[in-house]
This record gives sequence, structure tokens and C-alpha cells, in this order.
Amino acid sequence: MTNTWQDIRNANVVIVMGGNAAEAHPCGFKWVIEAKIENGAKLIVVDPRFTRTASVADYYAPIRPGTDIAFLSGVMHYLLENDKIQHEYVRSYTNAGLIVREGYEFQDGLFSGYDEKRHGYDRSTWDYEYDEKGFAKSDDTWQNPRCVINLLKQHVSRYTPEMVSRICGTPQDKFLQICELFAGTAAPDKALTSLFALGWTQHTVGAQNIRAMAMVQLLLGNIGVAGGGMNALRGHSNIQGLTDVGLLSNQMPGYMNLPRDVETSFDEYMKTKLFKPLRDGQTSYWQNYRKFFVSFQKSIFGNAATAENNWAYDWLPKLDIPLYDIIKAFEMMNDGQMTGYICQGFNPLQAFPDRGKIRRGLSKLKFLVTMDPLDTETSRFWQDFGPQNPAKPSEIQTEVFQLPTTCFAEENGSLVNSARWLQWHWKAAEAPGIAKSDIWIMTGLFQRLRELYRKEGGAFPDPILNMVWNYTDPREPNPEELAKEMNGRALVDLTDATTGAVTKAGTLLDSFAQLRDDGTTASGCWIFTGSFTEKGNMMARRDATDPREQGIAPNWAWAWPANRRILYNRASADLNGKAWNPKKPVIEWNGTRWVGLDVPDYGPTVKPEDGVGPFIMNAEGMARLFARDMMAEGPFPEHYEPMESPADNVLHPTVSHNPVARVFDGDRNNFGKREDFPYVATTYRLTEHFHFWTKHALINAILQPEEFVEIGEVLAKEKGIAQGGWVKVSSKRGEVICKAYVTKRIKPLTVDGKPTHVIGVPLHWGFTGQARKGYGANTLTPSVGDANTQTPEFKAFLVNVEKTSAPVTA
Amino acid sequence: MSDLQSQDYVRRSATTMTPPMARSHEDQVAKLIDVSRCIGCKACQSACMEWNDLRPEIGHFEGSYENPMDLGPSVWTLMKFNEYENEQGNLEWLIRKDGCMHCEDPGCLKACPAPGAIVQYANGIVDFISDKCIGCGYCVKGCPFDIPRISKTDHKAYKCTLCSDRVTVGLEPACVKACPTGAIMFGSKTDMTHWAGERIEDLKSRGFENAGLYDPPEVQGTHVMYVLHHADRPSLYSGLPDEPRISPVVQAWKGILKPLAVIGIAAAALAGFFHWVTVGPNEVQDEDEAEADRAMREVEEEEKSP
Repeated sequence: MTNTWQDIRNANVVIVMGGNAAEAHPCGFKWVIEAKIENGAKLIVVDPRFTRTASVADYYAPIRPGTDIAFLSGVMHYLLENDKIQHEYVRSYTNAGLIVREGYEFQDGLFSGYDEKRHGYDRSTWDYEYDEKGFAKSDDTWQNPRCVINLLKQHVSRYTPEMVSRICGTPQDKFLQICELFAGTAAPDKALTSLFALGWTQHTVGAQNIRAMAMVQLLLGNIGVAGGGMNALRGHSNIQGLTDVGLLSNQMPGYMNLPRDVETSFDEYMKTKLFKPLRDGQTSYWQNYRKFFVSFQKSIFGNAATAENNWAYDWLPKLDIPLYDIIKAFEMMNDGQMTGYICQGFNPLQAFPDRGKIRRGLSKLKFLVTMDPLDTETSRFWQDFGPQNPAKPSEIQTEVFQLPTTCFAEENGSLVNSARWLQWHWKAAEAPGIAKSDIWIMTGLFQRLRELYRKEGGAFPDPILNMVWNYTDPREPNPEELAKEMNGRALVDLTDATTGAVTKAGTLLDSFAQLRDDGTTASGCWIFTGSFTEKGNMMARRDATDPREQGIAPNWAWAWPANRRILYNRASADLNGKAWNPKKPVIEWNGTRWVGLDVPDYGPTVKPEDGVGPFIMNAEGMARLFARDMMAEGPFPEHYEPMESPADNVLHPTVSHNPVARVFDGDRNNFGKREDFPYVATTYRLTEHFHFWTKHALINAILQPEEFVEIGEVLAKEKGIAQGGWVKVSSKRGEVICKAYVTKRIKPLTVDGKPTHVIGVPLHWGFTGQARKGYGANTLTPSVGDANTQTPEFKAFLVNVEKTSAPVTA
Repeated sequence: MSDLQSQDYVRRSATTMTPPMARSHEDQVAKLIDVSRCIGCKACQSACMEWNDLRPEIGHFEGSYENPMDLGPSVWTLMKFNEYENEQGNLEWLIRKDGCMHCEDPGCLKACPAPGAIVQYANGIVDFISDKCIGCGYCVKGCPFDIPRISKTDHKAYKCTLCSDRVTVGLEPACVKACPTGAIMFGSKTDMTHWAGERIEDLKSRGFENAGLYDPPEVQGTHVMYVLHHADRPSLYSGLPDEPRISPVVQAWKGILKPLAVIGIAAAALAGFFHWVTVGPNEVQDEDEAEADRAMREVEEEEKSP
């Protein structure tokens, strides 16, 4: 989230699209209700199904799964065509006026630089024109046809209301009504908030879905302001924390990149991370990258990381391919290239696409270690559970080690919520049986591995042997000690260059601004610096005082970065530093410094007239309507059909799907054709359950006991499917036999003149736990991912459905 | 439930006299369910099961989000879902938390032949006192909202207590505490009625011109009230009665034949009770039922005769 849960109450309009906040985030959804009641806000829901969120919405419009970019590009077209943008904001705070270099173009569904062989782009033309000083050229009058705003106008001009309706199946009148509601928030003192989740991420164009909405928000001037923003509602209590500490194969903590094998030296690695400002006088905060990186190395390797050995750069793993994501991991298992798998707090047999492929992959392993508080399906993949898991144990040689772990309520620690708050939690109960904390288990593995390296040497023992492990109890580090390590310390007495204040060696740091690149500071995750200081555990703070009753309680827990609650909050004020919305100011310029409710996302004493842009993490200081080379598919979002689609791409039939989607050759043959699988399916969660966990809990099992799919009345009638009757839903990958919920909440959509049916597939049931056994929605889903994030396309694929009888069980 | 609460009885089933009030006056309470902010998440159902230690069986999917499929001796509250296409052709998903309405004029209490098995407290809560219940099922027939259910395990009637055990110590009902969107509120009936007024105004401003409060006068009002978008058609909400009426049979029985019938049935019940003590519940249930049915038939015949 750029903003906070509580801040939703400041919105004038709330759009829930690409998510189902009431269903999946019922507790946080209270702030939407609060916005409606206390702020007179209007709630809009755009979703293929009439959801629980839609049940309390003021406006609902249906949309075909996987066509959100067409919808949102249509919104941009409407806003630009009808001049409903926040002009001053767009002109000063976005790159609308920057000039794009010659050579960039978009034609027939492809941006310039496409290489068909490797399904990828040379992105060098996706950039600005630069002057002799290396600064981006701009035209503040927007006369130059190659200004970003003009290229954008041209790009979205195809997305007329007729075209939106033709692609999305959304009735034109409903689409235009929503455009009007959005447009109302272009007024400087009005805000629209966007709440989204997996409904946008789980597509081959997931990242671009979100980008399209972010662009709408920029045109409306709704980023950085109270009640605005792009608010990703995270699906696990600590999934934000997972990304923050970089638990991805190509990441390091604090959104730094793991080196690639071509970056053979530290200097080579740093070359692409200098982040020189692209306009005169801009902050370009990532220029501090080196400080964060060196402090991280000091945190991991201590005294062994020195200037002489380039801060132990050589001890970091180097990627030989862009990344080893989970789709790749299971591809490698199936190819016999990966023979061992440690599966910590993860249930891929339920959670990852193409269940059959997951089961086959696990069956080829030599060993599988599962660490989980629950008896997961993955741990039991080898066992025959009847039609829901037809495994043949005699044919599977995988040795499975099932290690029971504590759950969150059985340990101290912190969770990072959607609003980037690090909240400390305290152990409430002892773990049952022989369950051990993940820290205890990982420590045990580490200690044994290190011992082996000590005794036997091995190919490259240095990283393991040089890792710092100075904990009070080396067998199980205390969560507070680990938190302090993430926060970071001064390693020598540090003198502040401006104030002359001295920070003694060993002192916990207050801010990442104190981090240095000369090896005198250590920090395990720079964005967390300030979370555990000499004043104590800031994450454990529980002062709910909200001084302006505006959704900002600065002394409740701690938010990264720097306890900032609203990102880009400089943009909440106009060029002179006055709040766009005087009733809900976030920070303002008082003549000498920036003051207000929140910690400024800006130099605290940088004068408004200095012309420093509010988007300080970007090298041009501006938000990007044109993304330069940051996105795999192109600098502007473009509508591509889902990998399995009921319709041709009417905009460019020759480039129907995302040309750079993450897909392996073996999986390419596993996509179904619309002749065999004529219906669009989409998967989702229900309020009664949390993923695949709560089917293990009796009350949740009572509340939603059994697997089902949702089918519209028209299709059900066509197929002779009775309410509550058995159906077989099949895709190219497999089939699910379950009950049917025949509902008015899914209506056939008219897509390019043809009726298109959508089938809803909730995903909670498996074969362990208390609820009735189910096949699992991922039996059906295709193994294909977003080109930027590799997130699988769970939200739009093709199936067939037929009436059947109950599955035969032994 | 507890002895302490017995001092707050204002009405007892099968008792002609209003119990004297040993304690000073209590505010009338009400639970206000604002269906326009309810998302049907079932947190209330879950909290009800947790607080009251209720665990109905794991059922099946039967073509609706409703689970379990009906109120029951272990299901004291239930989310009900209705897909309604309005005059404009737009869909509305009307979700209502069903459960005891705690009528000011409770049909169950009127119908109950067992002395003190159903009571009403000064705060308005209608409560079943299990150890006095004879399982005759008359409360089921007396209830205009089809709420009480008889347990097959102990042959007693069960329904929502409005968490009288929590309310008596100053806590809100468990469902109210659990509701994430504030759709269920609890307080004095006056405050709840006032707040409902504000909500109705908001709903009217959003185009629901028939928004209103459901506090049906037919039962002299209820201590569980709804804010409805379509207060002109309560039955849209999964059969919420448009005009909830206590069966005329029960009315007549209480009104005309009260002294006689009550004594007769109470005697029968008492006989049944002793029978239960000596013989066991099943047979008593039958006998008692037969006895009570006979009394009811008499009343009905009485009514029919000119």
C-alpha cells in the first residue's frame, strides 16, 4: 500500500477492482464502510462476479477476466479526451512533459525492440531524449508530439468506450458511469483510492494491470494524498515482509538485486546502480545504494567484509539465469535437474498451477523437507487419497521429512502488514508436540552444514564459514536479536557531518540516513533501520492516538521507510507546499521545513522553489506515465489476451497474448483451445477460509465445508446443471468433480458480439484437514506467469463444464 | 441463565403473575443489524459458535453460501443470502443475519407451557432456561420468526440468548464484538433506534427510498432490529416476515384460556417431568406432546365455535 488501511476512510471514491476486499480482507474492509458512512464515499466494484464486496457497493460493473488493461486504458482515454485530469499535478509531478527519443514506437501489438526468438525486448528505445548534460529533455507546453502525454494520448486512443465494451464485455453505460465517478476525483481536494490484490497480479499481464491503474491515479492527482494511492491488499499477514527481506531468488533485503554472473566484480555490479539524476537537481535516492549494500555485507560477514575484498562481494551467490522462481523450480524437478527441495511455510501442491505437474515434480525428488505448522498436502503428495490425490506410493522414491513448526501465535516476532507496518507480536501459547520454531530448524541446518564445511572443506566454504553468528543462544537466536540486526548498528563512533553529533560504536541506528559505504555501519535490511533503536522496540508500540483523526497514528508500531505512513506524501501538497486538500493535509511547507502528520517523503528542509520532484526514488524525480525500461512488456500497458482466451485480440490478432509472458516450452503444449474448453474460469478465495490453512479448523470447515464452483443460470440451464448438483470442470491440465452453485451473480458477457460464460472456482479444498476432500482449483490452472513477477495466471483460463455424478471413492 | 439474572425477570412462561423486580430499572437493550454494511463474512456465526461452545456437524455444499443449511440447536445465528434482481434489472445480494429477534411480546414465551422455561429480562432479552424446558416444541410454533429448534440430544429448545451471560456483565454479544464492519451494533434501544435513523437517511441519499428500520409493531417491537434498504419488503431478505404475527392460536390460548390452560398444561408438564425423572426423556416427550396437543386442539375448537 502507498497509504494505510485507516487512510481509506479519507477517500471520496473507492474502487475495488482486481480484488474482493470484503471477501478476502473483511477486517480491513471496515475502513471502506467507514469512508462510506463518515465521508459519504461511493464504492465501485468491477469484477467478473457480483461479489461480497459488490453486495455493499454503490456501483457494480462486470468485466471479463483478464481484460482490466483494456478497461483502464479506456478510463485514461476518457480522462484525457474529456480533459478530466489534475493538470498542475500531471504537469509538475509526472513525466508527462518529458520527450521520448526517436526510435520508440508501438505497432500491431509490439513495442520497438522485440526479439521473437527469445520472446523478449531490447528496451534501449524506451527512453527519453537527453541533452548534452545527460538530462532528459522536456516540453512543459506539451506541444512536442513526442512528449509522454501525447504518446500516451495516442496509445490509449484505441480504447474507446465501444472498444472497451467489445473486449471486456462491460456494458458501455456502466463503464461511462464509472469513468465519470473517477473523473470527479481529478479535483485537487478529492481522492480516489484503489484497492486491489491477486485479481490483478495473477495474470500474464499482472504488473501492467497495476501500472495501468497507477497511471489513472497519476492523471487524477491521487498519489501521495490522503484517501488516495495504490493499495495492494496483501494475502498473507507477512507477505509484505517476505518481499521486504527479499525472499525471492533474484533479490536481496531492501529491494536490492542479487548479482548476476556477468557482474563478476563489485564495480561491475555497481555500474548499473549509480542512479544518476535524469533531471537537474533531483534527489534520486537510490544513489545511496552502495551504502545499503555495504552495510548489508557488514551485517552478514562482519569483520570478514573489508574494503580490500570488496565487502565480500565474491561470497554472494551469482545468478546464471534471470531467476529461479517457483515455476522454474518445478520445471527443473520435472527435468530431473533439481533433486532436493526444502519447502518452508509453503504448500505448492495446493498453491501452484498445474497440480499434476507439481505432483510429478515432487515424485522425482530424492528428498523433500516440509516445514509447516499444518499437515499440508505437499507433505502427503505421495499418499493415495482417492480421486482427489491419486498417488501410487510404491512408484515414488522421494524421501519426505515432515518438520512441524510453530505458528505465529506460538512465537515472538514481527509481521509486516499491507501498510508496511512492522508490528511486533508476542507468543500466546506453547507449541504442541514436537513442533519447533523455523529459527531453531534453520539454525540447526546451518550449524550442521558449517560443521561439514569445517571438517571436509568443500568447493567453496568461505561464505558459510565467514558468516557472523554472534547470538546469545547460537542454537536458537532470539527474535529481538535478529530484529536488532536487521535494524543495524554503528560499528565505530560516527560523527554526523552537519550536526557534529556522535553515535557511539555499537549503538543501534535511528535511520538509514546514517548508513555509510565505508564499512562503519551494519544493517541487515536498510528499509527497516529505525524499527529497533536505542529507544526500544518501535514495532512494539501501541499508541493509537491519531492526532487529526485522519488515519495516521505515528506511534502505533513502525512503518518502513522511516516510519512514513503515506509514500510520496510530498505530492499531497501543491508546488508551493500547500495541501491540495486543505481539509486533509499530510505534510506542508511552513516556510522553513516540511511539517505535518507524517514523516516527509522528501528532504525535510528542501524548499518548494528548488524544483525537486516529489518522487525521490525515481532518477527524474517524477512519477512515470512512461515507464522507460522498467517493465518487460513495454513502457505503456497494452491489452493482451490471457494465455488461454475465448476471444481473439481484436486490437492486434497477430499478437494476441503477452509476447514476453513467462512460459516454458513443455507448458506451451498444455494450453487448451477454446473449441475444447469454451468457458472462462477464474479462481478465488472465500471469506470463510484462509487459503489452505483453515480447512484444518473445525469452525471454518463447518462454515464452508465442501468444494464447489459457481456457474451462471444461463449456462447451467444450457448444460442441464441443477442447483447443488455434481459437475465436472475440466481444463487441458486436469479435472475437478464438485458441486455447482448456480447463481445470478455471474451473467454471460457479450465479448466481441459473442456470449461468454465465466465459471468461478474457489480454491480452498484439498485432501488434508477437517473440511470435505476436494481436488483443488490448481488442478485446472495453467503454468504460465507474468513476465515481470512470474506470478501464475490463476485468474483467467479456459475450462469445459459438464453435468456428472459424485466422484467414486474407495 | 444465572441466578443473578433471575432477579431481572419481567415475564416468565406459564406464569400469570409478573415477577416483582428486586433490582432497580435496567435500560432496554437492542442489537441493531445494518444489512447495508454487512458483507456476509460469517464472523458472527463463528463467534457465536466459539462463545457458546456450539459445533454443528460439517455439512455439505447445497447450492448456497448458507452453511449450515438451517438454524439448529447448535446454530443460533445464520447468515442468509438472497440474490435479488431489482426493478432496474440490477442485482442485489441481500444478506441477513438470522436469529432470535427478542420480541417485546415474545410468541415463544406466550406459547410455552413450562413454568419459567422462557423468561424475559427487564432489558428485553428473551431467554430459554434449559433446566425448566420440557422440549414440547410449543415455542417453535409460537415464534413468528421460525427461530427455536429442539435438540435431538437433550430434547430441549435452543436459540440465541443475545449473549445474556455477556450482557449481564456489561459486555456486548459475541457476534457484535466479532463483526468486522460494524454491521452489528449493540446498545440501548433508544440509541440504536436513533443511530438507525442516521443510517436510513444515508441509504435514502444513495437511492434506497424505502430504507427503514425493522422493529415490527406486531410483536410490540423487537430487541434485535434491522436497517433494511427495502423496509417496504422485508420478505426479500430470505423470508423476514413482512408482518410477523404470533399465531392466533397462541394469542387466544394466552388471552382467553390462560388461567385454565396454563394450569392444565402445567399439570401435564409436571406429570411429564416426573415421568421423565422416573422413566426417561423419549417416552415423556411423546406423552407430553400428546397431552399438550390435546390442550391446543381444545383451544382451537374453542376459537372456531361461534
